[in-house]
Amino acid sequence: MTDVADAIVVGAGIVGAACADALAQDGWRVRVLERARPGGRATAAGMGHVLVLDDSEAQFALTRLGRDLWRARDWPPSVERDDCGTIWVAADDAEFDAARGKSEWYAARGVRTGLLDARALRDAEPELHEGLRGGLHIADDLVVHPPTATAHLLACARAHGALVEPLRSVRVVGDGNVELDDDTRLSAALVVVAAGLDTPRLLGHRPDALRIRAKKGHLVISDRAPGFVRHQLVELGYLKSAHGGTARSVAFNAQPRRSGQLLLGSSRQVDVVEPRVEHDMLAAMIARAMRFLPRIGSLPGLRVWTGLRPSTDDNLPFIGRLPDAPRTIVAAGHEGLGITTSLSTAKLVADLAADRTPCIDPRWFACDRSTAELAHG
Amino acid sequence: MDELDCEVLVVGAGPAGVAAAATAAECGRDVLVVDDNRHPGGQIWRRSVATGTPSIAERWLGRAQSAGARFAFPLRIADAHDPTRLVAVGDDGPIALRCEQLVLALGASERFLPFPGWTIPGVCGVGGLQALVKQGLAIRGQRVAIAGSGPLLLAVAASLREHGACVLGIFEQAPRSRVRRFGLGLLARPGKLAHGLGLLNRLRGVPRHHDAWPTRVEVRGSSLRATFRTTHGERTLDVDWLAAGFGLVPNVDVAALLGCRIEDERVVVDEFTRTTIPDVFAVGETIGIAGVEAALSDGITAGLACAGRDADARRAARARYRERRFGDALARTYALRDELRALAAPDTVICRCEDTPIADLAHCADAREAKLLARCGMGPCQGRVCGPALAFLRGWSRDSVRPPLVPLTFSELSALDEPPCR
Ligand SMILES: Cc1cc2nc3c(=O)[nH]c(=O)nc-3n(C[C@H](O)[C@H](O)[C@H](O)COP(=O)(O)OP(=O)(O)OC[C@H]3O[C@@H](n4cnc5c(N)ncnc54)[C@H](O)[C@@H]3O)c2cc1C
Ligand SMILES: Cc1cc2nc3c(=O)[nH]c(=O)nc-3n(C[C@H](O)[C@H](O)[C@H](O)COP(=O)(O)OP(=O)(O)OC[C@H]3O[C@@H](n4cnc5c(N)ncnc54)[C@H](O)[C@@H]3O)c2cc1C
Repeated sequence: MTDVADAIVVGAGIVGAACADALAQDGWRVRVLERARPGGRATAAGMGHVLVLDDSEAQFALTRLGRDLWRARDWPPSVERDDCGTIWVAADDAEFDAARGKSEWYAARGVRTGLLDARALRDAEPELHEGLRGGLHIADDLVVHPPTATAHLLACARAHGALVEPLRSVRVVGDGNVELDDDTRLSAALVVVAAGLDTPRLLGHRPDALRIRAKKGHLVISDRAPGFVRHQLVELGYLKSAHGGTARSVAFNAQPRRSGQLLLGSSRQVDVVEPRVEHDMLAAMIARAMRFLPRIGSLPGLRVWTGLRPSTDDNLPFIGRLPDAPRTIVAAGHEGLGITTSLSTAKLVADLAADRTPCIDPRWFACDRSTAELAHG
Repeated sequence: MDELDCEVLVVGAGPAGVAAAATAAECGRDVLVVDDNRHPGGQIWRRSVATGTPSIAERWLGRAQSAGARFAFPLRIADAHDPTRLVAVGDDGPIALRCEQLVLALGASERFLPFPGWTIPGVCGVGGLQALVKQGLAIRGQRVAIAGSGPLLLAVAASLREHGACVLGIFEQAPRSRVRRFGLGLLARPGKLAHGLGLLNRLRGVPRHHDAWPTRVEVRGSSLRATFRTTHGERTLDVDWLAAGFGLVPNVDVAALLGCRIEDERVVVDEFTRTTIPDVFAVGETIGIAGVEAALSDGITAGLACAGRDADARRAARARYRERRFGDALARTYALRDELRALAAPDTVICRCEDTPIADLAHCADAREAKLLARCGMGPCQGRVCGPALAFLRGWSRDSVRPPLVPLTFSELSALDEPPCR
């Protein structure tokens, strides 16, 4: 059996859902094929911190646009949007200098920031350790609940005629066509592959360069403790953990939820795919948090879970046409930023699909980019 | 973290666990029994402040103790991924439990079904009310209605009556004809028959309804007005307590964390009560609701099997199979009727922890979506109440079990990793 639809989206995580929404709004007849349930994989595990990041110009452009799109949209209450902002916490003078540098960097690009000295930091977050040197406040960052946001994006796509089909597993993706596990073949003018970690497998042997590996993360959520923290708190050393090369790392990352609960991250283990909770990682993560929030130890923890971030070698997602299969666009590999960058990814995908001037320089995210070239170019 | 070592670790000190412990200890095994209650006995043998511990319980506990089995209370299993090293929490924080063999005798919990008013104080579980009374709740002179399903309704009604409660009515959802057939089946089991007749005798004068169930509860002044659907139309009663329980659901969380196969809400075992994980046994209500005799014969079988006494275990397994057939009859008789799926109104809360109204689940396809999209099951009880309800209402299997099995502070969570100090 063959069938024709204008655009097929493979995978209904937050990235696929955002792409479906953007394409449907552009007038594409969209059909979403999801192996299990929408938003049930990495998207169900993530923290939902929507933030700008200065890791690289490319990362900044994608997170900045992503965050602005999150802010510009009307979200239903179930999305638990909280405009709490981020505070990057500086432990010592060196980190505080780094914070000052970042503040200037962001200011030059029009991002609202505020530098907090030790006193102002404690006023903003009384539970923080007194010895901390200060912080960088990014006022416009926010926190959301990714699974309901995904459901909302899919509902918007459906309102524009999209068909969302859970429990449909794609076996292999070709140029403008897909083959399902049940042997159905579907073709379309456009196929968007947003299958997260599974993306390379679906593309078969084709692009060797397109490597996506798992970075396992642990999270633990507390019972309700309203006001314990008020902003998303991240240590300035976070990027070292997130994008450094080490096989295992933890960093302090604490989030207030609309429910009054506190969600604590974050750990990273490269190439670990076993979902089991590992007590040594959990202990290291909590120990790290106690250096910043000394009284966190007394909060009751309700549940610990893990998730797999789809990560790439240069920490940037693949967003672009496959060189040898131009009717197929990849949108995968968003590591620990896919909630933030889902909406900007979708905009870029829709621009590429419509051959419009892209909202962001697409070369940064091209499937055949050479990491070395971009780093030095 | 402190550590306790043993050869056989029994989790749960109800009849099944105590029988397993006594038997294994009498065979020379070094046995440790833990339970999250302060006293052994589980549900049916629960010690009452008024009447003490039942004599059959005393006998079994005495056997276990004189054979050298050790007991440690209260200790609740918080994590288990390695069957030879479990982590429990008690009054002094986490403790590691090391063993060679593990017997899971976790018992069962009540199934609650949501109906309008079911979360009003004064509405509680059937076993729950009984436990409260055994712990000293003053029930004398209080008006009680009992609803739901299963022989537990009668047992609890009788015991509440003996504690001085006025039991105004028992509302059993199962059809009278099926319950009668079940009663006739007991003719082949004189012990159970005598027990059943004894119960009915103790309940003389209490109106017993069949094909009847609660439809709503409202607060009326200082009492509750409970409305029931009966074969004679609607009945209302003004009561102080409405105890409602719709059967029992095996506790399987520890087994689930260990990766034991679970089917039909119960842990799968072989003739010797071995689960699908080596050296892990499961006994009693954990492997299916079949009553106290089944729990005892399961326990004996497991105790013998732990000691390597296969021939004896095989003999014990015969009694076990007979009792398990009784469990099948129970399940057939008290199967929940379809009408109970429609008791809740759209605004009736399904998840008490998160106040999720059942209407919010309209677009959810399974328990995981209910949780991720509607917060159902996200709270402190982690779906222990709404999970079994939704299993019946929607046919949804439980969402994955993750540690901790009980809320632990972040400090305790981080201590789970401490290497044991030997
Ligand atoms: C612990 C942790 C914390 C995080 N915190 C944050 C944060 O604070 N902020 C932030 O921005 N990001 C965060 N992230 C990252 C974010 O969650 C991910 O980047 C994002 O969810 C990726 O979305 P996705 O749609 O690409 O992947 P997924 O959500 O994994 O979606 C892929 C979908 O494709 C489907 N699929 C796979 N194979 C097939 C197939 N063969 N056929 C059909 N469908 C298929 C899957 O079932 C799945 O639903 C975090 C991640 C983790 C693990
Ligand atoms: C609420 C309730 C009330 C009941 N009342 C009656 C009654 O009045 N009359 C009657 O005939 N039958 C009653 N039953 C049925 C009766 O319990 C069984 O027939 C019989 O007790 C089964 O024995 P068991 O050993 O399998 O389980 P149980 O007697 O339930 O014992 C299991 C024990 O394990 C403990 N446990 C569970 N999980 C953990 C953990 N993670 N860590 C540590 N300890 C744990 C429990 O707290 C419990 O003490 C009742 C059952 C329930 C659930």
